[in-house]
Amino acid sequence: MPLFEVFVRSRRGLDHQHVGSLRADDAEMALLYAREIYTRRREGISIWVVRSADVTASQEEDAPAFFEPAADKPFRDATYYALPKEVKNL
Amino acid sequence: MAPALEEFQARIDREERIEPQDWMPEGYRRTLVRQISQHAHSEVIGMQPEGGWISQAPSLERKVILLAKVQDEGGHGLYLYGAAETLGVSRDEMIDAMHTGKAKYSSIFNYPALTWGDVGAIGWLVDSAAIVNQVPLQRCSYGPYARAMMRICKEESFHQRQGYDIMLALARGSAAQREMAQDALNRWWWPTLMMFGPPDADSIHSSQSFAWKIKRYGNDELRQKFIDQAVPQAEVLGLKIPDDDLQWDAATGHYRIGAIDWDEFQQVVSGNGPCSRQRLAHHRQVQEDGAWVREAVAAHAAKHQAGGDGLKADAHNPASAQEGGADAAV
Ligand SMILES: [Fe+2]
Ligand SMILES: [Fe+2]
Repeated sequence: MPLFEVFVRSRRGLDHQHVGSLRADDAEMALLYAREIYTRRREGISIWVVRSADVTASQEEDAPAFFEPAADKPFRDATYYALPKEVKNL
Repeated sequence: MAPALEEFQARIDREERIEPQDWMPEGYRRTLVRQISQHAHSEVIGMQPEGGWISQAPSLERKVILLAKVQDEGGHGLYLYGAAETLGVSRDEMIDAMHTGKAKYSSIFNYPALTWGDVGAIGWLVDSAAIVNQVPLQRCSYGPYARAMMRICKEESFHQRQGYDIMLALARGSAAQREMAQDALNRWWWPTLMMFGPPDADSIHSSQSFAWKIKRYGNDELRQKFIDQAVPQAEVLGLKIPDDDLQWDAATGHYRIGAIDWDEFQQVVSGNGPCSRQRLAHHRQVQEDGAWVREAVAAHAAKHQAGGDGLKADAHNPASAQEGGADAAV
Protein backbone atom coordinates (compact mmCIF):
# COMPACT_ATOMS: atom_id res chain seq x y z
CA MET A 1 0.00 0.00 0.00
CA PRO A 2 1.57 3.30 -0.99
CA LEU A 3 2.26 6.07 1.43
CA PHE A 4 0.58 9.46 1.06
CA GLU A 5 1.53 12.86 2.46
CA VAL A 6 -1.42 14.81 3.82
CA PHE A 7 -1.87 18.58 3.61
CA VAL A 8 -4.72 20.44 5.30
CA ARG A 9 -5.98 23.96 4.70
CA SER A 10 -7.22 25.09 8.07
CA ARG A 11 -9.07 28.14 6.84
CA ARG A 12 -9.97 29.74 3.52
CA GLY A 13 -7.21 32.07 2.43
CA LEU A 14 -4.42 30.09 4.09
CA ASP A 15 -1.98 27.70 2.42
CA HIS A 16 -2.37 23.96 2.79
CA GLN A 17 0.04 22.76 5.48
CA HIS A 18 1.67 19.40 5.83
CA VAL A 19 0.15 17.52 8.75
CA GLY A 20 1.52 13.99 8.33
CA SER A 21 1.25 10.84 6.25
CA LEU A 22 -0.83 7.70 5.93
CA ARG A 23 -1.13 4.54 3.86
CA ALA A 24 -3.97 3.90 1.44
CA ASP A 25 -4.65 1.88 -1.70
CA ASP A 26 -5.30 4.92 -3.82
CA ALA A 27 -5.72 8.66 -3.62
CA GLU A 28 -9.46 8.50 -3.11
CA MET A 29 -9.10 6.21 -0.11
CA ALA A 30 -6.25 8.37 1.16
CA LEU A 31 -8.60 11.36 1.21
CA LEU A 32 -11.16 9.44 3.24
CA TYR A 33 -8.55 8.19 5.69
CA ALA A 34 -7.05 11.67 5.98
CA ARG A 35 -10.43 13.03 6.95
CA GLU A 36 -10.71 10.43 9.72
CA ILE A 37 -7.12 10.62 10.89
CA TYR A 38 -6.26 14.29 10.67
CA THR A 39 -9.47 16.33 10.74
CA ARG A 40 -11.66 14.92 13.47
CA ARG A 41 -11.84 18.29 15.23
CA ARG A 42 -12.67 20.64 12.40
CA GLU A 43 -8.98 21.15 11.67
CA GLY A 44 -9.63 22.12 8.11
CA ILE A 45 -11.81 22.85 5.14
CA SER A 46 -9.74 21.21 2.42
CA ILE A 47 -7.32 18.28 2.20
CA TRP A 48 -4.64 17.44 -0.34
CA VAL A 49 -3.10 14.01 -0.54
CA VAL A 50 0.07 13.42 -2.54
CA ARG A 51 1.87 10.11 -3.10
CA SER A 52 5.00 10.28 -0.95
CA ALA A 53 6.94 8.75 -3.82
CA ASP A 54 6.03 11.83 -5.86
CA VAL A 55 7.69 14.14 -3.37
CA THR A 56 11.23 15.07 -4.30
CA ALA A 57 12.94 16.50 -1.25
CA SER A 58 16.27 18.18 -0.73
CA GLN A 59 18.44 16.47 1.86
CA GLU A 60 19.64 17.95 5.11
CA GLU A 61 23.27 17.45 4.05
CA ASP A 62 22.57 19.52 0.93
CA ALA A 63 21.35 22.41 3.06
CA PRO A 64 24.57 24.43 2.77
CA ALA A 65 24.48 24.31 -1.03
CA PHE A 66 20.80 25.23 -1.02
CA PHE A 67 20.59 27.87 1.66
CA GLU A 68 24.00 29.19 2.61
CA PRO A 69 24.25 31.61 -0.33
CA ALA A 70 21.52 33.66 1.38
CA ALA A 71 23.47 33.96 4.63
CA ASP A 72 25.92 36.63 3.53
CA LYS A 73 23.29 38.82 1.85
CA PRO A 74 21.87 40.90 4.68
CA PHE A 75 21.23 43.65 2.13
CA ARG A 76 18.16 41.70 1.03
CA ASP A 77 16.44 42.90 4.22
CA ALA A 78 15.00 46.36 4.63
CA THR A 79 16.63 46.73 8.05
CA TYR A 80 20.06 46.80 6.38
CA TYR A 81 19.47 50.43 5.34
CA ALA A 82 19.73 53.12 7.99
CA LEU A 83 17.20 55.89 7.52
CA PRO A 84 17.22 59.41 8.93
CA LYS A 85 14.83 59.53 11.88
CA GLU A 86 12.51 62.03 10.22
CA VAL A 87 11.69 59.72 7.29
CA LYS A 88 8.25 58.17 7.62
CA ASN A 89 6.36 55.41 5.77
CA LEU A 90 9.37 53.71 4.26
CA MET B 1 -29.26 34.91 -9.09
CA ALA B 2 -28.31 31.29 -9.69
CA PRO B 3 -27.55 29.43 -6.42
CA ALA B 4 -23.88 28.94 -7.30
CA LEU B 5 -23.43 32.62 -8.06
CA GLU B 6 -25.29 33.58 -4.92
CA GLU B 7 -23.06 31.40 -2.80
CA PHE B 8 -19.95 32.72 -4.54
CA GLN B 9 -20.90 36.33 -3.83
CA ALA B 10 -21.97 35.55 -0.26
CA ARG B 11 -18.57 34.00 0.36
CA ILE B 12 -16.86 37.13 -0.91
CA ASP B 13 -19.14 39.33 1.17
CA ARG B 14 -18.16 37.33 4.25
CA GLU B 15 -14.50 38.16 3.46
CA GLU B 16 -13.71 34.54 2.68
CA ARG B 17 -11.20 33.73 -0.06
CA ILE B 18 -12.10 32.01 -3.30
CA GLU B 19 -9.84 29.03 -4.01
CA PRO B 20 -9.00 27.43 -7.38
CA GLN B 21 -11.40 24.48 -7.07
CA ASP B 22 -14.38 26.71 -6.23
CA TRP B 23 -17.03 27.55 -8.76
CA MET B 24 -16.58 31.09 -10.02
CA PRO B 25 -18.26 33.22 -12.68
CA GLU B 26 -16.39 33.35 -15.98
CA GLY B 27 -16.05 37.14 -15.71
CA TYR B 28 -14.32 36.82 -12.33
CA ARG B 29 -11.88 34.32 -13.77
CA ARG B 30 -11.22 36.45 -16.83
CA THR B 31 -10.73 39.62 -14.79
CA LEU B 32 -8.23 37.87 -12.54
CA VAL B 33 -6.33 36.30 -15.42
CA ARG B 34 -6.03 39.75 -16.98
CA GLN B 35 -4.98 41.48 -13.78
CA ILE B 36 -2.60 38.82 -12.41
CA SER B 37 -0.91 38.18 -15.77
CA GLN B 38 -0.46 41.91 -16.37
CA HIS B 39 0.94 42.22 -12.89
CA ALA B 40 3.35 39.35 -13.64
CA HIS B 41 4.40 40.93 -16.93
CA SER B 42 5.08 44.21 -15.09
CA GLU B 43 7.41 42.50 -12.63
CA VAL B 44 9.36 40.84 -15.42
CA ILE B 45 9.49 43.80 -17.82
CA GLY B 46 10.39 45.92 -14.78
CA MET B 47 13.71 44.06 -14.59
CA GLN B 48 14.89 45.78 -17.76
CA PRO B 49 15.35 49.46 -16.86
CA GLU B 50 17.25 48.60 -13.67
CA GLY B 51 18.91 45.48 -15.06
CA GLY B 52 20.85 47.63 -17.49
CA TRP B 53 22.57 49.31 -14.54
CA ILE B 54 23.84 46.20 -12.77
CA SER B 55 27.13 46.19 -14.66
CA GLN B 56 27.48 49.97 -14.24
CA ALA B 57 26.70 50.26 -10.53
CA PRO B 58 29.07 52.71 -8.79
CA SER B 59 30.40 50.19 -6.24
CA LEU B 60 30.51 46.45 -5.67
CA GLU B 61 28.04 46.83 -2.80
CA ARG B 62 25.53 48.76 -4.94
CA LYS B 63 26.00 46.13 -7.61
CA VAL B 64 25.11 43.13 -5.43
CA ILE B 65 22.19 45.05 -3.96
CA LEU B 66 20.79 45.92 -7.38
CA LEU B 67 21.36 42.37 -8.58
CA ALA B 68 19.39 41.05 -5.60
CA LYS B 69 16.60 43.55 -6.25
CA VAL B 70 16.25 42.70 -9.93
CA GLN B 71 16.36 39.00 -9.04
CA ASP B 72 13.47 39.57 -6.60
CA GLU B 73 11.40 41.16 -9.36
CA GLY B 74 11.91 38.07 -11.50
CA GLY B 75 10.76 35.98 -8.54
CA HIS B 76 7.67 38.19 -8.15
CA GLY B 77 6.84 37.54 -11.78
CA LEU B 78 7.07 33.80 -11.14
CA TYR B 79 4.86 33.88 -8.01
CA LEU B 80 2.27 35.72 -10.06
CA TYR B 81 2.43 33.55 -13.18
CA GLY B 82 1.96 30.60 -10.82
CA ALA B 83 -1.12 32.24 -9.26
CA ALA B 84 -2.57 32.96 -12.71
CA GLU B 85 -1.95 29.37 -13.79
CA THR B 86 -4.29 28.15 -11.03
CA LEU B 87 -7.04 29.77 -13.12
CA GLY B 88 -6.40 27.43 -16.04
CA VAL B 89 -4.38 29.73 -18.27
CA SER B 90 -0.96 28.62 -19.53
CA ARG B 91 2.32 30.52 -19.28
CA ASP B 92 2.67 30.44 -23.07
CA GLU B 93 -0.76 31.98 -23.57
CA MET B 94 0.06 34.77 -21.14
CA ILE B 95 3.45 35.56 -22.69
CA ASP B 96 1.91 35.43 -26.13
CA ALA B 97 -0.81 37.90 -25.11
CA MET B 98 1.90 40.31 -23.99
CA HIS B 99 3.93 39.90 -27.16
CA THR B 100 0.90 40.56 -29.35
CA GLY B 101 -0.07 43.58 -27.26
CA LYS B 102 -3.31 42.02 -25.99
CA ALA B 103 -2.01 42.05 -22.42
CA LYS B 104 -0.35 45.16 -21.07
CA TYR B 105 2.18 45.77 -18.34
CA SER B 106 2.67 48.80 -16.13
CA SER B 107 3.23 51.94 -18.21
CA ILE B 108 6.07 53.04 -15.91
CA PHE B 109 8.56 50.55 -17.37
CA ASN B 110 8.34 52.17 -20.79
CA TYR B 111 10.48 55.05 -19.51
CA PRO B 112 14.27 54.83 -19.76
CA ALA B 113 16.64 54.66 -16.77
CA LEU B 114 19.16 57.22 -18.02
CA THR B 115 21.39 57.73 -14.97
CA TRP B 116 22.32 56.07 -11.68
CA GLY B 117 19.94 58.58 -10.10
CA ASP B 118 17.13 56.84 -11.96
CA VAL B 119 17.96 53.57 -10.19
CA GLY B 120 17.47 55.41 -6.89
CA ALA B 121 14.26 57.09 -8.06
CA ILE B 122 12.81 53.81 -9.34
CA GLY B 123 13.42 52.01 -6.04
CA TRP B 124 12.14 54.90 -3.96
CA LEU B 125 9.16 56.06 -6.07
CA VAL B 126 8.15 53.15 -8.30
CA ASP B 127 8.53 50.47 -5.62
CA SER B 128 6.78 52.71 -3.07
CA ALA B 129 3.88 53.15 -5.48
CA ALA B 130 3.84 49.40 -6.10
CA ILE B 131 3.63 48.81 -2.34
CA VAL B 132 0.70 51.22 -1.98
CA ASN B 133 -1.06 49.28 -4.75
CA GLN B 134 -0.12 45.85 -3.47
CA VAL B 135 -0.85 46.10 0.24
CA PRO B 136 -4.65 46.00 -0.27
CA LEU B 137 -4.21 43.17 -2.79
CA GLN B 138 -3.05 40.97 0.09
CA ARG B 139 -6.77 40.86 0.94
CA CYS B 140 -7.90 40.20 -2.63
CA SER B 141 -10.76 37.70 -2.72
CA TYR B 142 -8.77 35.22 -4.81
CA GLY B 143 -6.64 33.16 -2.41
CA PRO B 144 -3.61 32.36 -4.61
CA TYR B 145 -3.28 36.01 -5.68
CA ALA B 146 -3.64 37.28 -2.11
CA ARG B 147 -0.97 34.85 -0.86
CA ALA B 148 1.42 35.76 -3.67
CA MET B 149 0.96 39.42 -2.71
CA MET B 150 1.86 38.69 0.91
CA ARG B 151 5.13 37.14 -0.18
CA ILE B 152 5.81 40.03 -2.55
CA CYS B 153 5.00 42.80 -0.07
CA LYS B 154 7.45 41.33 2.41
CA GLU B 155 10.22 41.70 -0.16
CA GLU B 156 9.26 45.10 -1.52
CA SER B 157 10.28 47.10 1.49
CA PHE B 158 13.95 46.28 0.81
CA HIS B 159 13.48 47.58 -2.74
CA GLN B 160 12.06 50.85 -1.56
CA ARG B 161 14.73 51.32 1.09
CA GLN B 162 17.68 50.61 -1.20
CA GLY B 163 16.26 53.15 -3.66
CA TYR B 164 15.87 55.79 -0.99
CA ASP B 165 19.36 54.97 0.25
CA ILE B 166 20.76 55.73 -3.22
CA MET B 167 18.82 59.01 -3.32
CA LEU B 168 20.10 59.88 0.14
CA ALA B 169 23.72 59.27 -0.88
CA LEU B 170 23.31 61.44 -3.98
CA ALA B 171 21.42 64.16 -2.14
CA ARG B 172 24.19 64.37 0.48
CA GLY B 173 26.91 64.28 -2.17
CA SER B 174 28.47 66.80 -4.54
CA ALA B 175 26.51 69.44 -6.44
CA ALA B 176 26.60 67.22 -9.52
CA GLN B 177 25.24 64.27 -7.52
CA ARG B 178 22.43 66.39 -6.06
CA GLU B 179 21.60 67.53 -9.54
CA MET B 180 21.48 63.92 -10.72
CA ALA B 181 19.05 63.04 -7.93
CA GLN B 182 16.84 66.05 -8.69
CA ASP B 183 16.85 65.27 -12.41
CA ALA B 184 15.79 61.68 -11.72
CA LEU B 185 12.97 62.86 -9.46
CA ASN B 186 11.87 65.33 -12.14
CA ARG B 187 11.55 62.60 -14.73
CA TRP B 188 10.03 59.84 -12.56
CA TRP B 189 7.54 61.80 -10.44
CA TRP B 190 4.70 62.19 -12.94
CA PRO B 191 4.99 58.75 -14.56
CA THR B 192 4.89 57.26 -11.04
CA LEU B 193 1.64 59.11 -10.28
CA MET B 194 0.21 57.66 -13.51
CA MET B 195 0.97 54.12 -12.29
CA PHE B 196 -2.24 54.23 -10.24
CA GLY B 197 -4.24 54.45 -13.45
CA PRO B 198 -6.73 57.00 -14.76
CA PRO B 199 -9.01 58.97 -12.42
CA ASP B 200 -11.79 56.79 -11.00
CA ALA B 201 -14.37 58.69 -13.04
CA ASP B 202 -12.73 57.36 -16.24
CA SER B 203 -11.75 53.90 -15.04
CA ILE B 204 -13.43 51.14 -17.04
CA HIS B 205 -12.87 47.99 -14.99
CA SER B 206 -13.70 49.24 -11.53
CA SER B 207 -17.22 48.71 -10.19
CA GLN B 208 -17.41 44.95 -10.76
CA SER B 209 -13.90 44.54 -9.33
CA PHE B 210 -15.06 46.29 -6.16
CA ALA B 211 -18.07 43.98 -5.82
CA TRP B 212 -15.75 41.00 -6.26
CA LYS B 213 -13.24 42.48 -3.80
CA ILE B 214 -10.45 42.21 -6.32
CA LYS B 215 -10.09 45.94 -5.88
CA ARG B 216 -10.69 47.71 -2.58
CA TYR B 217 -9.60 51.29 -3.13
CA GLY B 218 -10.03 53.68 -6.02
CA ASN B 219 -7.11 54.80 -8.17
CA ASP B 220 -7.32 58.37 -6.86
CA GLU B 221 -7.38 57.27 -3.25
CA LEU B 222 -4.26 55.13 -3.67
CA ARG B 223 -2.51 57.86 -5.63
CA GLN B 224 -3.25 60.33 -2.84
CA LYS B 225 -1.89 57.93 -0.24
CA PHE B 226 1.34 57.68 -2.20
CA ILE B 227 1.64 61.46 -2.63
CA ASP B 228 1.10 62.07 1.08
CA GLN B 229 3.94 59.66 1.89
CA ALA B 230 6.38 60.72 -0.83
CA VAL B 231 6.27 64.51 -0.48
CA PRO B 232 7.74 64.58 3.06
CA GLN B 233 10.31 61.97 2.00
CA ALA B 234 11.45 64.30 -0.79
CA GLU B 235 11.74 67.09 1.77
CA VAL B 236 14.12 65.01 3.88
CA LEU B 237 16.24 64.52 0.75
CA GLY B 238 16.17 68.28 0.16
CA LEU B 239 14.76 67.70 -3.32
CA LYS B 240 11.92 69.57 -4.98
CA ILE B 241 8.83 67.77 -6.31
CA PRO B 242 8.49 68.97 -9.93
CA ASP B 243 5.01 70.43 -9.46
CA ASP B 244 4.55 74.18 -8.97
CA ASP B 245 0.93 73.65 -7.96
CA LEU B 246 1.79 71.23 -5.18
CA GLN B 247 0.46 72.46 -1.83
CA TRP B 248 -0.48 71.22 1.59
CA ASP B 249 -4.21 71.39 2.19
CA ALA B 250 -4.58 71.69 5.95
CA ALA B 251 -8.36 71.37 5.76
CA THR B 252 -8.24 67.84 4.32
CA GLY B 253 -4.82 66.83 5.62
CA HIS B 254 -3.64 65.96 2.10
CA TYR B 255 -1.25 67.37 -0.47
CA ARG B 256 -2.94 68.84 -3.56
CA ILE B 257 -1.14 68.32 -6.85
CA GLY B 258 -1.27 69.97 -10.26
CA ALA B 259 -2.87 68.41 -13.34
CA ILE B 260 -1.60 65.03 -14.54
CA ASP B 261 -0.93 64.80 -18.27
CA TRP B 262 -3.30 61.95 -19.11
CA ASP B 263 -2.57 62.30 -22.83
CA GLU B 264 0.97 61.18 -22.12
CA PHE B 265 -0.41 58.24 -20.14
CA GLN B 266 -2.69 57.24 -23.02
CA GLN B 267 0.25 57.43 -25.42
CA VAL B 268 2.42 55.21 -23.25
CA VAL B 269 -0.37 52.72 -22.54
CA SER B 270 -1.13 52.36 -26.23
CA GLY B 271 2.45 51.33 -26.91
CA ASN B 272 4.07 54.66 -27.77
CA GLY B 273 6.14 55.16 -24.65
CA PRO B 274 9.80 56.10 -25.08
CA CYS B 275 10.92 52.46 -24.61
CA SER B 276 7.76 50.48 -25.40
CA ARG B 277 9.10 48.80 -28.53
CA GLN B 278 12.50 48.18 -27.00
CA ARG B 279 11.03 46.50 -23.89
CA LEU B 280 8.88 44.08 -25.87
CA ALA B 281 11.57 43.40 -28.46
CA HIS B 282 14.04 42.59 -25.70
CA HIS B 283 11.58 40.25 -23.97
CA ARG B 284 10.83 38.49 -27.25
CA GLN B 285 14.54 38.18 -28.04
CA VAL B 286 15.37 36.68 -24.63
CA GLN B 287 12.43 34.30 -24.98
CA GLU B 288 13.73 33.14 -28.38
CA ASP B 289 17.35 32.96 -27.26
CA GLY B 290 16.33 30.76 -24.34
CA ALA B 291 14.30 28.31 -26.45
CA TRP B 292 17.19 25.84 -26.68
CA VAL B 293 17.45 25.69 -22.89
CA ARG B 294 13.76 24.85 -22.52
CA GLU B 295 14.08 22.24 -25.27
CA ALA B 296 17.16 20.70 -23.64
CA VAL B 297 15.42 20.48 -20.26
CA ALA B 298 12.37 18.85 -21.85
CA ALA B 299 14.58 16.38 -23.73
CA HIS B 300 16.46 15.53 -20.53
CA ALA B 301 13.20 14.90 -18.65
CA ALA B 302 11.85 12.76 -21.49
CA LYS B 303 15.02 10.67 -21.53
CA HIS B 304 14.77 10.02 -17.80
CA GLN B 305 11.13 9.04 -18.04
CA ALA B 306 11.78 6.68 -20.95
CA GLY B 307 14.62 4.87 -19.14
CA GLY B 308 12.59 4.29 -15.95
CA ASP B 309 12.92 6.95 -13.31
CA GLY B 310 16.62 7.64 -13.13
CA LEU B 311 16.22 9.22 -9.71
CA LYS B 312 16.22 6.89 -6.74
CA ALA B 313 13.11 7.97 -4.95
CA ASP B 314 14.32 6.77 -1.55
CA ALA B 315 17.45 8.89 -1.80
CA HIS B 316 15.34 11.96 -2.38
CA ASN B 317 12.44 11.24 -0.17
CA PRO B 318 13.17 10.78 3.50
CA ALA B 319 9.49 10.12 4.26
CA SER B 320 9.28 7.03 2.11
CA ALA B 321 12.76 5.94 3.16
CA GLN B 322 11.72 5.93 6.81
CA GLU B 323 8.32 4.44 6.30
CA GLY B 324 9.53 1.68 4.05
CA GLY B 325 11.38 2.39 0.86
CA ALA B 326 9.41 -0.25 -1.03
CA ASP B 327 6.74 2.35 -1.73
CA ALA B 328 9.17 4.32 -3.76
CA ALA B 329 9.29 1.58 -6.34
CA VAL B 330 5.50 1.33 -6.70
FE1 LIG C 1 8.12 43.46 -7.44
FE1 LIG D 1 10.08 45.79 -6.25
